[in-house]
Amino acid sequence: MLGYISKRLISLSASLIVASILIFIVIEIIPGDPAAFMLGINADPDAVEALREQLGLNASLVSRYFSWVTGLLQGEFGVSYTYRVPVSELIADRIVISLPLTFYALVLSTLIAFPAGIYAASKRNSFGDVSVMGLTQLGVAIPNFWFAMLLVLVFSINLRWFSAGGFPGWDQGFFPAMKALTLPAIALALPQASILARVMRSSLLDTLSEDYIRTARAKGLNRRQALWRHALRNALIPVLTIIGLQFSFLLAGGIIIENVFYLPGLGRLVFQGITQRDLIVVRSVVILLVFAVIAVTFLVDIAYAIADPRLREGAR
Amino acid sequence: MRALAASCAVAAFMVSSAAHAMNTDVTIGMQLEPPNLDPTGGAAAAIDEVVYANVFEGLTRFGPDGSVNPGLAASWDISEDGTEYTFKLNDGVKFHDGSDMNADDVKFSLDRARAEDSTNAQKALFAGIASVDVIDPLTVKVTLDKPNGSFLFNMAWGDAVIVAPETADSNASNPVGTGPFAFKNWAKGDAVMLSRNADYWGEAVKLENVTFKFISDPTAAFAAMMAEDIDAFPVFPAPENLPQLGADPRFEVVVGSTEGETILAMNNKEAPLDNIKVRQAITHAIDRQAIIDGAMFGYGTPIGTHFAPHNPDYVDLTAQSAYDPEKSKALLKEAGVSDLTLTLKLPPPSYARRGGEIIAAQLREVGINTEISNLEWAQWLEQAFRGKDFDLTIVSHTEPFDIGIYAREDYYFQYGAADFKAIMDDLTGETDPAKRSALIAAAQQKIADDAVNGYLFQLARTGVANAKLKGLWENAPTQANDMTGVYWSE
Repeated sequence: MLGYISKRLISLSASLIVASILIFIVIEIIPGDPAAFMLGINADPDAVEALREQLGLNASLVSRYFSWVTGLLQGEFGVSYTYRVPVSELIADRIVISLPLTFYALVLSTLIAFPAGIYAASKRNSFGDVSVMGLTQLGVAIPNFWFAMLLVLVFSINLRWFSAGGFPGWDQGFFPAMKALTLPAIALALPQASILARVMRSSLLDTLSEDYIRTARAKGLNRRQALWRHALRNALIPVLTIIGLQFSFLLAGGIIIENVFYLPGLGRLVFQGITQRDLIVVRSVVILLVFAVIAVTFLVDIAYAIADPRLREGAR
Repeated sequence: MRALAASCAVAAFMVSSAAHAMNTDVTIGMQLEPPNLDPTGGAAAAIDEVVYANVFEGLTRFGPDGSVNPGLAASWDISEDGTEYTFKLNDGVKFHDGSDMNADDVKFSLDRARAEDSTNAQKALFAGIASVDVIDPLTVKVTLDKPNGSFLFNMAWGDAVIVAPETADSNASNPVGTGPFAFKNWAKGDAVMLSRNADYWGEAVKLENVTFKFISDPTAAFAAMMAEDIDAFPVFPAPENLPQLGADPRFEVVVGSTEGETILAMNNKEAPLDNIKVRQAITHAIDRQAIIDGAMFGYGTPIGTHFAPHNPDYVDLTAQSAYDPEKSKALLKEAGVSDLTLTLKLPPPSYARRGGEIIAAQLREVGINTEISNLEWAQWLEQAFRGKDFDLTIVSHTEPFDIGIYAREDYYFQYGAADFKAIMDDLTGETDPAKRSALIAAAQQKIADDAVNGYLFQLARTGVANAKLKGLWENAPTQANDMTGVYWSE
C-alpha cells in the first residue's frame, strides 16, 4: 500500500510541475497588457509605462516564472494587479463559496443518484426503471444554465421564496448562506445526478451478472440481498471515479451557474482575471484548481485501493 | 452654528423616522465590478461609478447636467491673464480617517497626479500645471503654463479627486476620501458597501447605506430587478427587457444621455483609408438609424461629429454624412477603389458586436467587404489600439469633452492634422466663452469635413429603478452614480 501511495505521490508532483510551466506560458502568450487595460483608451503612454514598471511587468519571463513558483512554495500567491490585494485573500474569499457549493451539489447529486440508480438496477426493465432512465436522459440533456434560469423564474420571481442570486456571506449565519446556495446547488446537481444514476445502474447491472453473484444467489440469497451485500460495493469503483471527476468539474466549472446567480465564486474570479489580464490571479487560481483536481484523483486512487484489494496487491 | 444645523438635522431625522420607518438603504446594480477603488489610478468607469461624489471629491465637481460646480473649493479667483487659480477651500472638511483636509492635501494630490512616475490614467488633465502653492491651510494657488479654459472642468474629473498622503497608496482597496459616504466593505466579486459619513462637511445625505452589487449577466440582472433584489440599475445591460420593466408599475425606466460618442473608427494612415474619398464613401454608406434600431433597441441619438448632442456647443453635422449609398459608390469610383476588403475589429460591448454586423451589411451594399473579428478588450487594446493593426473598429469614447484625442497623431485612428491641432491649441488658451464656443464648433466641423471616422450615435444611458427611488442622475455627464441626492419617496 505504501509503495502504491508513494508512486501516486511522485506522479502527482510531476503533474504539478508540468502544469505550472504550461499555465505560465499559456497565460504569457495571450495578447493583452494588464497596465493598458487598467488605464483605458484615453491614457497617457507614460502613465502606462510607469504602471508596467510598478507592477513588475518589465522583468524577464524566466525571472517572473521563478519568483511566482518560489512564492507558491512559500504559500504566497502574489498581489493581484487590478484589485491590489494578495491573491490568497481573493481566493480565500471565493473558496468559502465555491467549496461549500461544490459539496452541496455533490451531496444532492449523490442523494438523488444512489437511490435512483439502485432502484432502476433492481427493477430492471420495469416501468419504474424506464421512467427513472427517461428522467435521467432528460437531466443530462437539459443545460444547467437553462435549468438555473427556470429555477429563478419559478422560485425567485414568481414565488419569491429565494432571492434571484447573490450571496449574503457566512457572517449572516449558516442558514441564510445555505439558502442562497440552494438554487445554484440544485441547478448544478441535476445533470450530475442524472449521469451518476445512469452509471450506478449500469455498473450494478454489470456486477449483478458476475459469477460470484450467481454463486451468492445459489447459496440462497435473494436478488435483493445479493445486490446489497455483494454487488453494491463492487459496483462502486466506476461510481467513485465519476464522483471524483464531478468534484473537480463542479469546483472549477461552476462559472456559468455563478454567472446566472451572480455568486462571487472561483470560476468568476478566473473569468474576471482573464478579461482584465490580471495574470497573477489567473495563474494562481488555475494552479490551485489543477492541484485540487490532482489531489482528488489521488484520493480516488486511494479509495480504489481500499475498495479493490487487487490494486494494492498489484502495486506491491 | 454647525452644531445647531446638526441638531436640526438629527431632529428632522427623528421626526421622520417616528412618522414611519423610513427606508434609508439602497442597492444599486452595476454590470462590471471595479478593479479597484482608486479613481486616480485606473480608467475603469466602474471605479468612478462607485466612488465619484460618494467617497471622493475634487476641487470642483460635475452636476447632473454636466455643469462644473464648487466641490471642496468653496470659491476661486482667476488672475487677469488666466494662468493663476486661487482656490478657497471649505472649512471643516475631514477625511474619513478623521484627519483634516487642507491645502497641503490639495498640493499633494495634484503634484502626485502630474509627477514623472504618475500612473494617473488621465495625466493629460494636469499637464498644464506649472506649480501648486500652499498660501495658507485653506488657500491654494495653482499656476498654469498658459491659460487653460477647461482647467476647472478638468479638476471636476474623478481622476482629479483630493486624496490624503497617508492613505493615497491604499485607496485601491480601502478608499479614504472626504465624501458624504465612507467606504465600509468590499465583498470582492459581489458588492461594495458604503455608509453615511456622519462628519460630512456639506449637506447631510438622506441615505444611510448604499450597496453596489455587481451582476454581469444580463439575464441575471433582469431576474434581480424583477425579484426586487436590486433597487436601481442605472446602466441596465439588457435593453431588450426595458419595455417589460417599463410596463411594470413597480419600476421606472430612465433614458438619459451619456458622454459616449460611438464611432466607426478608421485607420487614417492605412491605405486605402488614407484617402479621404474612401473615408467619405464609408460614412455615406452608413445608415445610423438602422444601427440604433437594430443594435441598440432604438436607444441612442445620431451624431455627425465627435461631440455630445446635449452639450450646448454641439453642432448637428449628421446631414453632411447622410446615408446615401449611391453617393458612396460614386466616391469609391472616384477614388479608383474596387473590390475592397477591410478588417473590422470588434471589442465586446453589444454596441460594437451587434452594430458591427449591421455596418458590415451596409458596407456590403456599396461593395465594401469586411472581415469581422471579435476581440476581448485586452486583445483589442493590444492589437487595434496600441498596435494600430486594424482598418475599422467600433468604440464608444466615454470621456467627457474628449475631442482633443483628434490632436494626438499617434492615437489609434492616427489623425492629428496640423490645422486641427491649431484649433485645439487656440481653444486651450481661450477663456472667453463666446470665442470658445466658436472654436469648439470649428473643431467639430473640421473632423467631420475630414471624415476622420464614421460618427454613429451618442450612447444612451438606459436604466431602470424602483419607482419610489428618487434623485438618481438621469444623464451621465461623467461616469458616476452620485448618491448624494437620492432618497426614497415613501
